[in-house]
This record gives sequence, structure tokens and C-alpha cells, in this order.
Amino acid sequence: MPTKPDTAASSAPAADASETLIEVADLQVHFPLRGGLFNRHAGAVKAVDGVSFRLRKGEVLGLVGESGSGKTTLGRTLLGLNKATGGSIRYRGKEIAGLREGELRPLRRNLQMVFQDPHASLNPAMDIATAVGHPLQVHGLVPDAAERRVKVAETLERVGLSPAELFLDKFPSDLSGGQKQRAVMARAIIAGPELLVADEPISMLDMSVRAKILQLFLDLKRDLDLTYVYVTHDLASAKFFCDRIAIMYLGRVVEIGPTAEIFANPRHPYTKALLGAIPDPEKVGVPRNLPRGEIPDAAQPPLGCAFHPRCPVAVAGCGWEARDLAALLDRHWLAAGEDARLTESALFARPAELATAGLRTVSLTPGKGHTAADIVELLGRVREKTRDDAFWRGVTAVEARGERACVDFAEGSDPRLRLVGGTADTVSVACHLVA
Amino acid sequence: MTDTDTTPAREAATPVLSARDLRVWYGSKRGPVAAVDGVTFDVRPGETLGLVGESGCGKSTLGRGVLGLLPPGAAVDGEVRFAGRNLVGMPAKDLQALRGPELGLIFQEPMTRLNPLMKVSDHFEEALRTHNRGLGKAQIRTRALDALRGMGIPASRYDSYPHEFSGGMRQRIMIALALVLRPAFVVADEPTTALDVLVEAQIIQILADLRRNFDTALVLITHNLGIVAEACDRVAVMYAGHIVEQGDAREVFANPQHPYTQELLRSTISLGTTGLHFIPGAPPDLADPPAGCRFHPRCPKAMRVCADEQPPEVLLPTGSRTTCWLPVPDMTTAEGRLPLEAEEIGVADEA
Repeated sequence: MPTKPDTAASSAPAADASETLIEVADLQVHFPLRGGLFNRHAGAVKAVDGVSFRLRKGEVLGLVGESGSGKTTLGRTLLGLNKATGGSIRYRGKEIAGLREGELRPLRRNLQMVFQDPHASLNPAMDIATAVGHPLQVHGLVPDAAERRVKVAETLERVGLSPAELFLDKFPSDLSGGQKQRAVMARAIIAGPELLVADEPISMLDMSVRAKILQLFLDLKRDLDLTYVYVTHDLASAKFFCDRIAIMYLGRVVEIGPTAEIFANPRHPYTKALLGAIPDPEKVGVPRNLPRGEIPDAAQPPLGCAFHPRCPVAVAGCGWEARDLAALLDRHWLAAGEDARLTESALFARPAELATAGLRTVSLTPGKGHTAADIVELLGRVREKTRDDAFWRGVTAVEARGERACVDFAEGSDPRLRLVGGTADTVSVACHLVA
Repeated sequence: MTDTDTTPAREAATPVLSARDLRVWYGSKRGPVAAVDGVTFDVRPGETLGLVGESGCGKSTLGRGVLGLLPPGAAVDGEVRFAGRNLVGMPAKDLQALRGPELGLIFQEPMTRLNPLMKVSDHFEEALRTHNRGLGKAQIRTRALDALRGMGIPASRYDSYPHEFSGGMRQRIMIALALVLRPAFVVADEPTTALDVLVEAQIIQILADLRRNFDTALVLITHNLGIVAEACDRVAVMYAGHIVEQGDAREVFANPQHPYTQELLRSTISLGTTGLHFIPGAPPDLADPPAGCRFHPRCPKAMRVCADEQPPEVLLPTGSRTTCWLPVPDMTTAEGRLPLEAEEIGVADEA
């Protein structure tokens, strides 16, 4: 039977807390895009784009964001499952970002992963004893099969699959979702790792099982002195489980700090939006201000701050561009109706002029029978109707220049992650509005 | 408690759809499985009924069963009254004609429910043509664009293919498709499960607007209790094929009466969670459900009577209904109310 140390002992390693396990600096993971004729290089998806943080031994760091935020890619890259294209990852001072697979393999004993879908992370043709014992075999940790079985049985008991004899010879299809996730956990801890990256480990489970698996994570952390990176989109479980939280948006960390501080005092508008969107049985019928739209395409991210097109409090310097005008017109036409859209869109000869990424000045060709002045006049009317839209804060000029109608946008910049002053807690935020 | 003045008015409105003692069986190697076992509920115009419970408790089967969308080999019994007709036992052809214009369904996974080879416009043309043969192309376009606009999809995207949309947009298209025929009754089966937090909140807001603007009666199947609290007027909690508690959503969440509802709420991880709580064990095998109350093996308040006899449905002063022996001491003997010696449940006996 595994011996469990007293719960009180878990609070002891406070002095140890500053020991750095992993240090990530300016990490980039870019996936090249190929397309068009002859399969040429066509830009890159910046899945992770300049992320830095420090992971202390014994802490639980949450990577929180929507799909497409880069949280899963970041988690996988920490273990070398995706190749970093820039920056560094130091594990106990040793650079692991550029290592080849053969060099990484011995490290995998210490750095393990739990995947989202327990049904897909176990080989359906492999019994539980073989699957869970696989790491022992790969790393040559036990001399023979008999000893491996003993060790597997012991580990199954530890994750709650007890009595182990009942599970050793079962196949994944005989197990429930929660039991499978326990088996996956057993496989992850059997080689004695130090760090576990858990990618949405409870999101596929039934709600009544989630708390049990989260409890198992807590028990294992206490018993085995583990450090976790918890990748999730679920803020409620992150709030309960994590010591620190990094909020991610489109490949960047936009806010990072101690969990209590992030929830009590969210600073980035995106963090505020996420917290405001959580349905809560205890807060019924409170109307909420949701940001419009969805997370944009990472292949062509917005200019400046990536969140500015959805941000309710964006200002002039957030990076407004031509595509934002296209989005504004769509919003206007949604409200104005189909007839207005048909008449008004005829003013634009080439709607594609608004589709190019990164244009700070856009020059519009009037449609047949229309002049640049008509476009300026239309934009004036739209502006009247959408006066409160943050978009207009970034517009510096709307005027006819010769045959064409031009719209100029204020110069914007990409906010970097900066430490927020004045707090004992170390919160960093990437927003122009947070000084 | 807040004064629920609106309740009598709602009660007075004629239900759009009434299910009485509805049962759905599936055939299995171990005999018939009663996935839905004697369920009774009403949904009124403009009302949203939330259906919650763990996986495998019969929520989806109930939703499909009401619409007559069950796989071959399933048997249905009881009554589903809609517009003066009983949908149970109705010829498949008649039911088919009702689905779409009268009865709508919004599926769980918008990714797989739209035909990838058909443009959004084709989907709408197909749906509208099937049910309104006389409609011209221009009329179809107008109605489709109206429905899409209500969901926040710009008209410029009308001729795009499904893969050109994000998951949230596809779900909006699915909802627009279900609503373009203006059905009086809609079942939404986990409409936000595959979506992100912000998009989920947007969709819930859309569904809330829907019942306000169109008087649509909606059954919202979900395992997310937060959504029910937010989007539903009434809630029905299902366990092992039964509705164990039913009532005003706020009332049920503020003051849950059935031990299962209480345990379910306690085990949900929310922003207020400070300690983990869970219900031991797993929902029963429906081919061989436990005697008496089906929740008794997992119930922390189980009494001796619970293991022997099925509990009655009790109407509480709050208007909620609960199927439990606890609130009716005069219907049981003193001996029956002694605590039940629970059998040991292993940590890993779970869903």
C-alpha cells in the first residue's frame, strides 16, 4: 500500500517555493503555412508568439484561454511534443527547446502529459497493465515483467483503481470515462515524473466525475510532490485548482499572476470578459456585456493588440485598421437590414479593398454611379448611428482624396506584457490601458 | 424567496407540448432498457424548460423521443400532446411533416451537422423548399437572411460553405436553420457543449432572446447547471430515466429539495467552489435498476423505505415537484424512516 504523508506536511515546502523548475523566455511556436501555386511559403500561424514565464517547483500554473489561444500548443511545446521555433525553455537550468527527440527521451521520465480525451489516449487493443507499464519498459526502469506488474498494480491502487487485480487485465473499452482518465494518470506518474502537463483533463468527463478526478490530481500532487501545468478553458476549475494563472489570447499571454488576484481584480479587458461570461448557478439573471465576435484567425492576426476588434474599451492606439471598418459595416448592416445593405454596399466597387490585413490607411474605389463624396457621406451617417463603437476612436480622418474615399487610422502598437506596479503580488498585463 | 407573480399567468397559458407518462425503451442483449421511464411535463409558449442530469440518465433520449427521432428498435409509450394530437403512435409520415415547421431540433455538434458540400444558402433553400413548396427564390433568400441576421450572421456570408465559419458561427447557422420555419416547439440538445466560454454565453443570450421575441417553447438539454440557471424558466432534473425534481429554475437552484439535485449542485465546480464534493458511485444500469428509489444506493439521506418502495411525486408549497420519501413523513412508518445502512461504494465506481 502506498504510504500517504500527513496533509499538514504539504504546506511545509514554502521555502522551496521559489525553486524554478521551468523557465520559458520569449518562446515562439510558428507553424508555416503553405499554399497557392507550387506550394510556396505563405506566412505562418503564430500559435505561440513570444511567451515568457517561470514555473516554480510545486506550483500549479493554469494556462487559460479559448480554442485558438495557443494554450495547448504551449503545453505540448514544454514537453517537446511541438518544436519551438524561437526562444528558450530551460528545465532546471538546462536548455531543452532545441533538443532532438533522442536527447529529449530521457527527460520524458520527468516531464509527462495527460491528454484531454481519455477515450483516445489509451490504445484500445492494449490491456491496462501493458498500457500503464509502458513507460517502465521504455525507460528500462524494471528488470522483468513480473516486477513491472507489481509496480503497475501499486500505481493503479494509488490512482483509485482498486483493487488493482480487477483492472490489470481489462481493456479500455471495459472502463468508464473517469476510470480511463485514472488509468491515464497512472501511466503518467508511473515513471516518477516531476512535472505533469494536463491538457483539459476533466473537460470530457461527466460533471459528477470532474470533482473526483480533480481531487485525484490534488492527492497525487501532495503525495508525489508534483508540479502541474493545467491547460483549460474552464475558469471555475482553474480558480479552484491553480496557484497562478496565465490568460492566453491568440498566442500571447495577456495577463499572468496569482489566481486569487486575477479573479479578485482582473485587469485585462479580455480577462474581465472571460470572468463575466461564466454561467454561475449562484448569479441568476444578471445581464452581461459580452465582447462581440470570436477569436480571430491566427494566420492573419489583427494589427496592434490582438483583442482590440472585440474590446469594449479599446482606445486610439490599439491598432485599428481597414479590416475593422469591414467588420463595422457588417455590424451596421446587420442592424439596418437587407435593403439598406444592398443600396449601401453598391457604393463600394471593390469590397476586397477592406480585406487586406494591416492597412492603416484605406483608399476606397466608389462603385458605378457613385463618387468618393457618397462614401464619405455614408460613413458619416454610419458614424452617427454607431457613435459609441470603440472603432471610431481609432479613426483620424474620413475624406475624399481625388476620385477615392480615404479612411486614416491612428498609429497603434502591440502592448507588451508588463509588470503591474503597486501590488505585492506579481501580476503582469499586456494592455495599453493598464499602466 | 422572491415573489413569483408571473407563475399563475404562465400556468394559465395552454401548454404547447405536454408529455404524460412517457416511456422509451431500447432493446439490448440484457433485455429492455427503459431509458425514459414515466416522464410527465408541460412546456408553455415562450417558456424554456431545462433538462439536466448526468450522462446516461435519459436526457437526450427524452428530447429525441418527444420529436419521434429514435433509432429503429426503440419503443415509445405514453402520450405527447402537441396541437391537439398525440405524437406517440402517429404515422411516421405525419410526424415527418410536423418536424421542421412545428417541431425543431438544435443539435450538439454544429461541426458535423451541416453538409460540407452545401453552401449556407443551399441549406436554407432545402429546408424552406421541403416545407413550403410554393416559395420563390427571392422569398427564400429574404426569409433566410432574416433568420441569419437575427443570429448575427452578415448577409455577405450567405454563399459561404460551412468550413469557412467558426464553431460558434456554425451553431448560429444551425439555430437559424431550425428557426427559419418558425416552429412552436424546439429541443436544443447540448447546443453549447463544444463551444468556448464567450461563444457559449453569446449563444445562451440568443436563445434567451428567442423565447422573448418569438414565443418559442424550448427544451434545453444540458449538463451545465450554470446555463440552466441563466437561460431557463423551469428545470427538470433527471436521474436514471425519471424526473426526480421539477420546478421554477430559481426556486430549484436556491432551494433544491431532492437529494440528487442537492448533490448535483454541490458537486458542480463553480467560481464559489472552495472544496471538492462528489456523489459516490455511478448512475445505475438501466437494464437492471435498483428497487425503490433509483437514487437510494448513492443517496446520503436514504431511509429504509427508499430501498423498498418507489417514492411518490410530491407537490411542494413552492410549486416544485419532487419524487422523494423525505417530505412525506405521514406516508411512511417510523421504521421505514430509519437510516439505510449503505453498501460500500468504491472510489473508482464511477461514470
